Amino acid sequence: MDRPARIKLPLPQEEFMYSGHTACPGCGAALAMRYVFKALGPNTMVVIPPSCAGTIAGAFPFSSVKIPILRISFETAAISASGIRAALDVLGKKDIHVLAWAGDGGTLDIGIQALSASAERNDNIIYVCYDNEAYMNTGIQRSSATPAGAWTTTTPVPFTKDTPKKDIVRIMAAHKIPYIATASVGFPPDLVKKVQKAKEVVGTRFLLVFSPCPTGWRYSSEMTIRIARLATDAGIFPLYEVENGDQYLLNRRGWKAESLKEYLSLQGRYRSLKEQDIDKVKERVTKEWEYLLRLAE
Amino acid sequence: MKKVISGNQAVSQAVLAAKAQVIAAYPITPQSSIVEMLASFCASGELPAKFINVESEHSAMAACIAAASVGARTFTATSSQGLALMHEMLHYASGLRFPIVMANVNRAMGSPFNLKADLSDSLSQRDTGWLQFYCESGQEVFDTIIQAFKISEQVLLPVMVNLEGFILSHTYEIVDIPEQDRVDAFLPPPAERPILDVEDPSMMGATTDLYINFRYKMHQAMEEAKAVCQKVDEEFRTIFGRGYDLLQTYRCAGADIILVTAGTIAATCRVVADRLAAQGLQVGVSKIKLFRPFPQEQLRRALAEAKKIAVIDRDFSPGCGGILAQELKSALLGSNPDISVHEFVAGLGGKDVTDDHIAWIVEEVMKAREPEGIKWIGLLE
Amino acid sequence: MKKRYSVKKLQDLPLTSITFLTSEANETGEWRSQRPVIDPGKCNRCGLCWMYCPDMAIGAEEECFTVVDKYCKGCGICAQECPNGAISVVVEER
Repeated sequence: MDRPARIKLPLPQEEFMYSGHTACPGCGAALAMRYVFKALGPNTMVVIPPSCAGTIAGAFPFSSVKIPILRISFETAAISASGIRAALDVLGKKDIHVLAWAGDGGTLDIGIQALSASAERNDNIIYVCYDNEAYMNTGIQRSSATPAGAWTTTTPVPFTKDTPKKDIVRIMAAHKIPYIATASVGFPPDLVKKVQKAKEVVGTRFLLVFSPCPTGWRYSSEMTIRIARLATDAGIFPLYEVENGDQYLLNRRGWKAESLKEYLSLQGRYRSLKEQDIDKVKERVTKEWEYLLRLAE
Repeated sequence: MKKVISGNQAVSQAVLAAKAQVIAAYPITPQSSIVEMLASFCASGELPAKFINVESEHSAMAACIAAASVGARTFTATSSQGLALMHEMLHYASGLRFPIVMANVNRAMGSPFNLKADLSDSLSQRDTGWLQFYCESGQEVFDTIIQAFKISEQVLLPVMVNLEGFILSHTYEIVDIPEQDRVDAFLPPPAERPILDVEDPSMMGATTDLYINFRYKMHQAMEEAKAVCQKVDEEFRTIFGRGYDLLQTYRCAGADIILVTAGTIAATCRVVADRLAAQGLQVGVSKIKLFRPFPQEQLRRALAEAKKIAVIDRDFSPGCGGILAQELKSALLGSNPDISVHEFVAGLGGKDVTDDHIAWIVEEVMKAREPEGIKWIGLLE
Repeated sequence: MKKRYSVKKLQDLPLTSITFLTSEANETGEWRSQRPVIDPGKCNRCGLCWMYCPDMAIGAEEECFTVVDKYCKGCGICAQECPNGAISVVVEER
């Protein structure tokens, strides 16, 4: 077989996380951290609230991350990043990137007030929400990012979540911040490119990173990447960017209905969905896409 | 230079003189003029600080903590509901051992809704690991804020400086604002301490089962803080010619009765003490300036010969009593067996505590053979 | 389980819980009940297994990609994503 003369890796080689961290096998959130930290490099500080990421970051005296971390209280990811940013600017260290790293619960629920405020002030921070669609660290309780029809411990069958996923991208776009992007661990080079793009922008930058969770979504750990890619193929998690709140850039225009069925069937949390529920999902995806396509014109 | 300014303005002038670097601001009556004045100092460039207009007090404290994590000198101000809202973050600030200074304009805790002076807001935060000072004059407010920055940067614990809403925050007094070079001589830039550093990355605030050991270290710091507060006050006296001590005693030697209180009520007590001295009654006044760490040794010494004490609490802990009274009783346990402690609750919700009230308190205590439970002043019939 | 370094004396503790070691001391390879096996004959060094590993447990050597036994948790993503079928998953024997 024809072997290439030198290994060319699909992403920058240097790691900013250490092995030995305590993420579940197959964890999408750990991948999100790995990719984003890679893209940002060593001149970065990150604030992390209680979350899977907080646990993955380690317990005293061990850190699994190569950049400085401040462990902060749950609601304060955005304002803590803003506070560090303000201090670094006053101290003359304007070239250090300040990153807020929170899960969907810490962003869409308890952290949304502080996030909205930082975005309204257009504070010069990068906010990454890794989305595993529930409060996973505390044992799979529903968040406002949990999709309709999903099982969680606080939305048990037959009372699975009946409201759709809160659209945080639309909320952030309403703040007219300079750069927003959706990304997924299923498409790491795209994610890395978006982070590198965000690095060059001044102001509040928001990234939503789709991070499948084998433990909470009830699938076998080796399927994380497959499920992430299916979500985008199925139109459930579109990849797009929003600049200045109104310029929409769709990274991909189509979606496949066949992928939707496979996506849902691979996950135990959707086991209670009936044919009519899946049709409703399809309807919602269609509607969302019509809206996105209109915005992208 | 002597200026006629309000208590709130004294706070802002002190923060300006202390060259705070990051200020988080959220308005709340009766604190708002503090952040307004600081905003104009920052806008004019007089104070080259970053001024963050946050969306809640909880975020205000989070911003200060984050700013402190990379070494900035940071400040915020609040009152009652705002202080209560940031309760969780107060613990975070002290647990991370960050030097942060906050002015709290004492105001009653709702409900019922009340905007006026009441010490319950800050006293009910006494378990959060913050040092607490209580002031009775505009000058004391200015001086204590300057001292607070120095103390917090030495003990590595946050410091709360309290002034009563409206009574002190909004009344105008003569305050001597020293020249900047003298403030700079007293308050140098902060010494090195553990901060986030990209050259030497670490995680601050990590999960730990060794928690009890870190709390013990905080306890040690609090114990040492009493001496630090004393020393800083002496240094202040050397440079500026005035000092405050942790516990201020007035006419306490040989007194028949000693009034113990905090804040502006102490000033009224001294007026009454002078008046009653002319009538032959020896009334002493002990003002608690440093409340956390509680100045147990100073208090025991001041009250060593006392027979009767009246504690006047402009605060109240439901189901327990006045907070100053509780702290005092537990500090005195085992020291002076002849002492009797009489408890009074007055001035809640900004109700005026007059010289007549104080005179009545003295009369009640002189009459009573032993403490007769908590007496409330100023109730409707 | 391997004994991890822990602080023994109060005076050795920092001011608050500030980390001073890395997680590399934690050998998560002990977790796995299955392990990936890379066939060097089929590996075309595309790097996808290296890219998709949540634990950085695939080493990118010049000749071939290898599994880092110390840390691999046996999640199986590498085997699932390998485009050439060069990685198979076997039961972990201890």
